[in-house]
Amino acid sequence: MSQVLVTADGVPLKTSLARAQRRSKLKAVALVAPLFVFIAVAFFVPIIDMLFRSVENQLVGEVLHRSMPLLQKWDERSGELPEEEVFAALALDFREAKENKSGGRVGRRLNYEKPGFSGLFRKSARGADRMEAPYREAFIALDEKWGDIENWRVIKRESAPYTISYYLAALDMGYADDGGIARNSEDGRIYLKLFWRTLWMSLFITFLCLILAYPISYLLSVLPTAKSNLLIILVLLPFWTSLLVRTTAWIALLQQEGVINDLVVWFGLVDDDNRLAMIHNRTGTIIAMVHILLPFMVLPLYSVMKTIPPSYMRAAKSLGATPFTAFVRVYMPNTVAGIGAGAILVFILAIGYYITPALVGGQSGTLISNFIAFHMQNSLNWGLAAALGAILLGVVLVLYFLYDKIVGIDNMKLG
Amino acid sequence: MKFLHTFRRCFLPAVAALLFAGAAHAQTKLTIVSWGGAYTASQQKGYHEPYMRANPNIEIVNDDSGSGALAKLRAMQSTGKVTWDLVDMVAGDAIIACDEGIAVEIDHDKVLASAPDGTPASKDFGDLIVNDCYIPTIVYSTTFGYRTDLVKKKPTKIADVFDLKKIPGKRALEKRPNNNLEWALLADGVKPNKVYKMLGTEKGVKRAFKKLDTIKDQVIWWEKGAQTPQLLADGEVVIGSTYNGRLFSVIEEEKQPVAMMWDWQMFDLDGWIVPKGGKNEAEVMKYLYFATDTQRLADQAKYISYGPARKSSAPLVGKHAELGIEMGPHMPTAPANAKHTLLVDFEFWANNQDDLTERFNAWLAR
Amino acid sequence: MNMTNENPLVRFVDIQKSYDGVTLVVKSLNLDVAKGEFLTMLGPSGSGKTTCLMMLAGFEPATHGEIYLNGQGINRVAPHKRGIGMVFQNYALFPHMTVWENLAFPLEVRGMGKDEREAKVKRALEMVRLGAFGDRRPAQLSGGQQQRVAVARSLVFDPDLVLMDEPLGALDKNLREQMQYEIKHIHENLGLTVVYVTHDQSEALTMSNRIAVFDDGIIQQCAPPEVLYEKPENAFCANFIGENNRLRGKVVEEVNGNVKVEVDGSDATVEAVKIKVEGVGARATLSLRPERVVVGPKKGEMANIFPARAEELIYLGDHIRTRFTVCGHDDFIVKIPNSAAHAHLREGETVDIGWNAEDCRALDPSD
Repeated sequence: MSQVLVTADGVPLKTSLARAQRRSKLKAVALVAPLFVFIAVAFFVPIIDMLFRSVENQLVGEVLHRSMPLLQKWDERSGELPEEEVFAALALDFREAKENKSGGRVGRRLNYEKPGFSGLFRKSARGADRMEAPYREAFIALDEKWGDIENWRVIKRESAPYTISYYLAALDMGYADDGGIARNSEDGRIYLKLFWRTLWMSLFITFLCLILAYPISYLLSVLPTAKSNLLIILVLLPFWTSLLVRTTAWIALLQQEGVINDLVVWFGLVDDDNRLAMIHNRTGTIIAMVHILLPFMVLPLYSVMKTIPPSYMRAAKSLGATPFTAFVRVYMPNTVAGIGAGAILVFILAIGYYITPALVGGQSGTLISNFIAFHMQNSLNWGLAAALGAILLGVVLVLYFLYDKIVGIDNMKLG
Repeated sequence: MKFLHTFRRCFLPAVAALLFAGAAHAQTKLTIVSWGGAYTASQQKGYHEPYMRANPNIEIVNDDSGSGALAKLRAMQSTGKVTWDLVDMVAGDAIIACDEGIAVEIDHDKVLASAPDGTPASKDFGDLIVNDCYIPTIVYSTTFGYRTDLVKKKPTKIADVFDLKKIPGKRALEKRPNNNLEWALLADGVKPNKVYKMLGTEKGVKRAFKKLDTIKDQVIWWEKGAQTPQLLADGEVVIGSTYNGRLFSVIEEEKQPVAMMWDWQMFDLDGWIVPKGGKNEAEVMKYLYFATDTQRLADQAKYISYGPARKSSAPLVGKHAELGIEMGPHMPTAPANAKHTLLVDFEFWANNQDDLTERFNAWLAR
Repeated sequence: MNMTNENPLVRFVDIQKSYDGVTLVVKSLNLDVAKGEFLTMLGPSGSGKTTCLMMLAGFEPATHGEIYLNGQGINRVAPHKRGIGMVFQNYALFPHMTVWENLAFPLEVRGMGKDEREAKVKRALEMVRLGAFGDRRPAQLSGGQQQRVAVARSLVFDPDLVLMDEPLGALDKNLREQMQYEIKHIHENLGLTVVYVTHDQSEALTMSNRIAVFDDGIIQQCAPPEVLYEKPENAFCANFIGENNRLRGKVVEEVNGNVKVEVDGSDATVEAVKIKVEGVGARATLSLRPERVVVGPKKGEMANIFPARAEELIYLGDHIRTRFTVCGHDDFIVKIPNSAAHAHLREGETVDIGWNAEDCRALDPSD
């Protein structure tokens, strides 16, 4: 016998409860809304935009909108150049492109795939006005590259609205002459190596930060508040120093004619001709990044250690554990949450750092983020930058997933 | 009637002056993007200040974001909000900007002043006008400086840079393929007029990298122009490439024991592009007419040792405004310095920059 | 039970302790704890009792003096080598281990074999009636259960001596009383020696063989509960243990072990046992337990009989707690048994109340 409970005035209890809770629900939504909008605009939209950019390829088809549909009928395996009608349409496309200055962009886009297109398109946009039928001969007369079937294959391939060529480039691959996908030659492989280097260096930096931060955090957590506050200020000092000051300091300290080398030579540990190379290489990147990322490890560790009552260690000792056993078996397991939080924070920051490695990293200390920045700022190859970024994002997500499986993400404690 | 006339002549301007007192000096603000430091200072003294004196209604604001200008400009264009009026760029970037359609195309003879003898601007600048958007202002060179006290034998030719026996020690090179590949081939004995043809072939690229391999582990790679002067001053490198103006200030202003090695200096250009979509295009064109005339380009050389891009400016280059030394001999274009020079092949790099940069980075990472 | 054993298990000799080098937290401690004894250190916070416990456990070094365990000086013995079980104020159960692992921990670090270990853990868990909870984490247990685990853990490795630092402080009243009996039973069944720290006097009375009352870094009195209650040796103990009426005054006469004291603010003279008071003319505090006062005694039946006015009556079931004004003091509490004889008493009424001289103790004037 299921009887609907009703309130005093006869409204079903559930309806009444829902009504009473609606107000507080609305209030909660209203409180969260600004942050949600902010995150959507400042975080999700850019990421989605980036993922989109890494495959987006509308440009060629849009600008060459007369010739590209005709080119689809062309069989690239035939060994013949496309039909005259394709060239005729191309001439019209180029005339229009010259008007709205879009030829150069298409040229630069195709130049990523094969060097030479940039100049070819600039030249052709300029020359298309004076062209007359037969257009095939006119184009080839303008530049013999138009008679190269290989170039036409590239154009046809990249006229599709979406492309995987950025991802191929980001994985050190490309299209072979037969149209299949192949790894780059030894001379042209770079990004996989950098991804790998970025990963292991970030892990190594995380590890170093942990080793260095653990004792400091422990000290901070057992000191009286007044003293620990002072020490925390010292730990946070790198945050308050401008990047340039920091970099200059590192260079002054670490370079071959720098303070540390001078001291080491003065003490006779190494002789003058064998000064240590600690900057403009991997060592420089590691030292500088450990320095700047250390606070991100110290703070979560400190906040977790602060909550561990001293009675745990005392209890362990009273139960007969040596101080070392007590530390390893009782204290450390209770700091796992802080270790996890600090490690994830440092690792994710390390994997994305690019300014510091660029300044002190030299050739062996640069990371994948430096190349993302390079393609964003210098080469303007945003598609490739987006593909590299997306792969990096994927790697981080996979690692995050593994971390969740192994440590458990709800074990993480940020403060 | 007479009263009315006097009234008009005295009273109305007075009221107007009162009303517009606040805004009287800066009706138009021009934001000009350049490289900052000594270079912007030379533009400020050579171009901006005289122009603002002549046109009190113009206020010029310097923005030092020159190094990332291309990317920022592209981002501005995509959002449709261009806040820059004029941007200083090296020729290679200007070609990209023009290809990308983010720079205004310019009729050089219409917009720019002719030389004092009546030669039209396009002739006066000559083939330094590398595309339809670009107005070159200076010729700078990337060349070498060395520590006079740290080398046993003076380096005299480009091959010495690649000769670890003659010049032992670290050297600083720019972390990009440009110039380095050219120098490698030149040092390897390739004729200057064949350099770019060679670099266009797989064999030539391999040969250049092979030559660079011989000094690879002795190179500190720089990314900012200020690094080599610092590395030289600290004794971290014995020889290094950088822009000749930077070396001029290390030698003449800071009096460091550094000397120039001009052999096969690489000529490059720096100059203006007008961003498409800027709010003050008409004012900018007026400014350009003034700031790129023969006298102004010669004046800039008083403050920095870069050669003016107009042929007609060369005879007018005088003494350094503060140091009082004759600037002529410090110009990369001075006959004694310019025995062996190579002008960057902009067309070549426009086509091959992406590919060779990737090859270069892969080579570095090896 | 003879508590002044020739071979005490624990012996504090002239212990002093200072944290800051300026003030002494423990001024001079001399105390023996016999084997099998349940000794409670009782006192207000800051009295030095917990410090003494920590010195015994080895977590704080003594500034001066020596602590002996089984006749051996242990000042330089590390805590983990002392073999003393300890229950902490907030239990200090290891949150990352299950109950079972918590109990197995002391056995593991002693290198005990797996079978023996399991048997012992099982026995200990059953002792505290938590046999089914071995797989739980401490956070999944109630306060009382956590408490029992903490006790079991401190006992699982069979220590001779167990220290308990306010172990019941975090529990509510009912549970606390229940646990008091449980701990007492465990103590009796296992023949343990327990040193127990608390600031709760009723807890101390319930559980202990002997109570050391701490104040101001000094043991004020150390005696079995009934002695402490019946015969407090100074005003602090009288006041701290149980309810106590205080009358202040001046000694006017001394007669064979008793004194007569003129109470301040009245002309009444009270006869009391002389315990801790100087001779005639000295100030004294008279201490009298509320349950030793009789309402409406016959004349001459008791040494001290005075008229008193009932100010306030609180009905507490088995007795009626009554506040009287007597001898100029308006905070005189009497517990009147709830019997027909006294049912008529009303607020504002004046009656005679009286007590025997031997129930009233003349102590130091204290503050």
